[in-house]
Amino acid sequence: MKSGHGEVLIAEGDPAVREDEERLVEEFRRQLDEGMWAAVPTNVSGGRREASMIHQYSDIPDDADRVIFFPRASGG
Amino acid sequence: MVPGLIVIAIVAAALCLPTLVRVWSDWRVGRARRRAATPSAERNSLADPGRERRAEQRARELLRSCVNAEEWDMYRDLGFIRVHGGLSAPDCAPSDYAYLIYAHKPIIAFVPSTGELLSEYCVEFPDLTGAISQSRLPDSDDVLAKWMALTGDERRLIADANLHLPGRQVDPARARRDIWRLAEWERQRDRNDSNQATL
Repeated sequence: MKSGHGEVLIAEGDPAVREDEERLVEEFRRQLDEGMWAAVPTNVSGGRREASMIHQYSDIPDDADRVIFFPRASGG
Repeated sequence: MVPGLIVIAIVAAALCLPTLVRVWSDWRVGRARRRAATPSAERNSLADPGRERRAEQRARELLRSCVNAEEWDMYRDLGFIRVHGGLSAPDCAPSDYAYLIYAHKPIIAFVPSTGELLSEYCVEFPDLTGAISQSRLPDSDDVLAKWMALTGDERRLIADANLHLPGRQVDPARARRDIWRLAEWERQRDRNDSNQATL
């Protein structure tokens, strides 16, 4: 998510392909270095949905099809 | 007579010319300074009145793809999302309290069983990159960011937010009315579900 723009595709690739994964890891780190938070929406029991906060690349669930970066929260 | 007027006009034009040149030059310099002070990306975005509408449309699609069907319908119909709290004490059920998530407004904590308002959590998601300092997240992205932060790490979001008593930014009467609207909406939804089940 980007202020004024909404959803912006940052990077995409197949994590099983080494070059793609390196690029995804690099972009993941860059986003976190810029102060963004990362999350993956997941299914939980009872049809509920929730987000899993991702703190490092290895936290991303294997079945995740995307990681959403959004600005870090601060007191308004 | 006519030659005299022509001479007067030429003299007047000659006298005004330096002033006109100076005004023209000042205007060009000012325009160049204004353009230099405005990044090209922002200039382009300001020139596109449909940008915000398209951003909001994308944000709605993203929100829809992240939350469940009930939460999406709630947002579409009521303009906010209710998220149950998960920070309850060990002897409390997880849904003893809940939050109302509005776009670009504080998160309201309340007790679903009584409708009692507990507090306002003022939180925002500023653009830290500073690329577009004058803009903010589209409404649906702001709701999604709150939803992800609340469901993903409620403690951290609450710790980062500014806590206030109810009524600081959101009119308590409005919040109570929204809680009532939510209850009515859920009743109607349950009725529709049971009607469909009997068909």
